[in-house]
Amino acid sequence: MKHQASVASRLYGRLDDVSGEAGYAEHPPRVGFFTDTSVCIGCKACEVACKEWNALPDPDAGVLKLSGESYDNTSALGASSWRHVAFIEQGPLDAGAPAAGGLSPADVLGPALAGLASPDSVAPATRWLMASDVCKHCTHAACLDVCPTGALVRTEFGTVIVQSDVCNGCAYCVSACPFGVIDRREDDGRAWKCTMCYDRLRGGMEPACAKACPTDSIQFGPLDELRVTAAARVQELHASGVTDARLYGADPDDGIGGAGAFFLLLDEPEVYGLPPNPVVTTKDLPAMWKWAGGAAALLVAGVAAAFAGRRP
Amino acid sequence: MSEERQVPEAEFRSYYGRPILKVTRWKEPHLPAYLFLGELSGAAAVLAAAAAATRRPALARSGRLIAAAAAYGGAGFLTAELGRPERFVNMLRVAKPTSPMSMGSWILAAHSGLVSAAAASEVTGQLPVLGAAAGLAASVTGPLLATYPGVLLANTAVPAWHTAYRELPLLFAGGAMTAAGAGGLAVSACRADRTDFDAARRLALAGAVMESAAGFGLERLHGLSGEPYRQGNSGNLLRTARFLTIGGAAATLAARRSRIAAGAAAALLTAGGVCAKFAVLRAGVASARDPRYVVAAQRGGA
Repeated sequence: MKHQASVASRLYGRLDDVSGEAGYAEHPPRVGFFTDTSVCIGCKACEVACKEWNALPDPDAGVLKLSGESYDNTSALGASSWRHVAFIEQGPLDAGAPAAGGLSPADVLGPALAGLASPDSVAPATRWLMASDVCKHCTHAACLDVCPTGALVRTEFGTVIVQSDVCNGCAYCVSACPFGVIDRREDDGRAWKCTMCYDRLRGGMEPACAKACPTDSIQFGPLDELRVTAAARVQELHASGVTDARLYGADPDDGIGGAGAFFLLLDEPEVYGLPPNPVVTTKDLPAMWKWAGGAAALLVAGVAAAFAGRRP
Repeated sequence: MSEERQVPEAEFRSYYGRPILKVTRWKEPHLPAYLFLGELSGAAAVLAAAAAATRRPALARSGRLIAAAAAYGGAGFLTAELGRPERFVNMLRVAKPTSPMSMGSWILAAHSGLVSAAAASEVTGQLPVLGAAAGLAASVTGPLLATYPGVLLANTAVPAWHTAYRELPLLFAGGAMTAAGAGGLAVSACRADRTDFDAARRLALAGAVMESAAGFGLERLHGLSGEPYRQGNSGNLLRTARFLTIGGAAATLAARRSRIAAGAAAALLTAGGVCAKFAVLRAGVASARDPRYVVAAQRGGA
């Protein structure tokens, strides 16, 4: 089934068959990550598994650096950090009463433990938000759009990878990514990011981070199925009073056409270091070229005018 | 304490104030130098073609040589900025309309070839017809080479660049005219007979007006994304650029009679153009480094 997308949907908007649009006549279903941060325990097994499987170097070259930002010393996604667990400490919370995040201890501890939490005694002092961030594998991936060498490609699984034997390190993708995910490794000169373990996918295995996650906070599977799972999980959380639960990147009509890796968050995206409403920059590309074309015409007109005057 | 926390956040929230975007890996002086040399080469090629068509041989010769030298210089800075410079030719591995850098690489490749041919013919006196044809063709690639970097920068997630997709190509087109005009002025300052160079003076003036107006437009950019063009180091640089450009335009008015004025005008206009390119790079860096620009813009636009 060959999917023919209009120019508009190639650059922006809903695109249901992203691999077909990339030229794969036959392909497996699009796969992705659903990262449910409400069950993340901050163990960083995903970071370690990713580093080990993909043989990622230490960006700090063996020097121990402590950020002072809770338990997070990875600090951000980067060329050599393809999973990043964020730690956000909020509070102190009032016992029983909804506080900063609109949460009571029951929200934090979960319905099962809520009965144990007497309003006076075991109210937690803080709320810890933990979230494992990763490349979003956007439907409309700006990094892929702007790559001048064709090093960045869409795979048959609908994911986005860098072909390191092609990348010439121009770093355009670094400035184009609305999530600040992809980066250039300065000692190596090329751009790197999460491949969703393309090699494992080809071998019929799930990505290393999802495999290692002990709480199933990172779920891997066909994107359609993950979206159904995630919607049910949000409903479940809302029903148990966690009204802050919301999905991020799950909407195929959003500014990037939906993410291949989406999240369940318990606070605003920017609290986790995520852009609140990212839009693929290429959406405005036709308008940009029109202005550049107009400016080029003005340049020609300017030169013509300069020669139109009477010769001295 | 908890009452205080009930108060809505006055400004914005972030993850330890860390950037949401990666700060560009494009650096100084490479990117500003490339932007300046590209626009100089582009407009100089058009200037040379127009000079040849109107029988101003001295100006045509200057334009062709400047266009070729600037194209090579620009390509050098572009290549030096790559993480893997030896893989520069991978730029010509595909032609991708969604990638302004891919389009720009093809434009630069075509333009460099054309201005080289024109300059070689000019210097050696060989194949004058082919040289003239190449020079004429370069007046098509030149304006594209000068203005495509506006798309190159705007087609990013960098707030100060993306928001400025109207102003940036105009700034570069104006800067191109100013730079090529300044090139002509510089050559005329070294010559006793400057009659051929009247057009270069007029081009410099027209460019200075356009470049200053576009710079003013950047400062007036709506909302937070325009802030780096108004404030801080990048804002100061942009204002400095305009002072230099306007000063250069004033000196240009006296350049017909005075060689010193012509030389001063060339120096001031060139400095203004280079300064503006640094301002644009630094504005982009400032807006990518502070998550406030990303969050506020996306919250406002949501």
